Amino acid sequence: MDTRTIHIESRTERLVAAREFVSAAARECGFPDDEVSKIALAVDEACTNIIKHAYRNDPTKKISVSVKNKNGGLEIVIADSGTGFDPTRIQPPDMKEYLSHYRHGGLGVYLMKSLMDKVEYKISSGRRNEVRMTKYLSR
Amino acid sequence: MSEFKIAQREKDAVHVLELKGYLDAHTAPALEEAFQTLLKNQRFNIVVNCKDLSYISSAGLGVFMAYIEDVRKNNGDIKLSNMSPKVFNVFDLLGFPLLYEITKEEQDAVKKFHPGK
Repeated sequence: MDTRTIHIESRTERLVAAREFVSAAARECGFPDDEVSKIALAVDEACTNIIKHAYRNDPTKKISVSVKNKNGGLEIVIADSGTGFDPTRIQPPDMKEYLSHYRHGGLGVYLMKSLMDKVEYKISSGRRNEVRMTKYLSR
Repeated sequence: MSEFKIAQREKDAVHVLELKGYLDAHTAPALEEAFQTLLKNQRFNIVVNCKDLSYISSAGLGVFMAYIEDVRKNNGDIKLSNMSPKVFNVFDLLGFPLLYEITKEEQDAVKKFHPGK
């Protein structure tokens, strides 16, 4: 599969387009249905974070989602030009503590890391922020 | 467009919300509104039937987290039922079964509000 890219407007109603785009690529790559769902959810979480935090719900902004086969897996790059954040400052939540204090929000990054094999960030705030996620077929 | 619908009914003094479709950051406000109305109307015994819920993201999970404390402060609870394995996996991944009672059938969740019956 050559690299394929979809550009979506920064609006939550466009999340479905991002999910469908990566689901089709993941199926084509040979992922079973349950893995396809995990990949789609990770992409949904990444795009939701961009819409809400990087672009602060500005619908005129754009998000690009690219997919390609890589080393027996699927690599997805999601890019925006909004306000970047330092992902190393986000500590993975202690879920037991999180739940016992009825906290909410901030679970997207944790889910992305749990659902994918690799999640990397390249942040250049205001210019180009990238989250690169990989899922391998045989793990 | 991602579709999401909520049907509501009463069963043995328990308010049942039936969710259908895709619960993501776009559709989560509709569920939030439903919970707000329930709380406003003092309905604190709530079962969420997820039989036709095809998808949930953290935005959807966040809605359950946002209201559980208020509901329990009022001696009520939010119980969940009829989840597909796919939806359950997302709840499970985040440890939600520790906090929420999740039953196979709606009837079992409703009965838990009336122990001894």
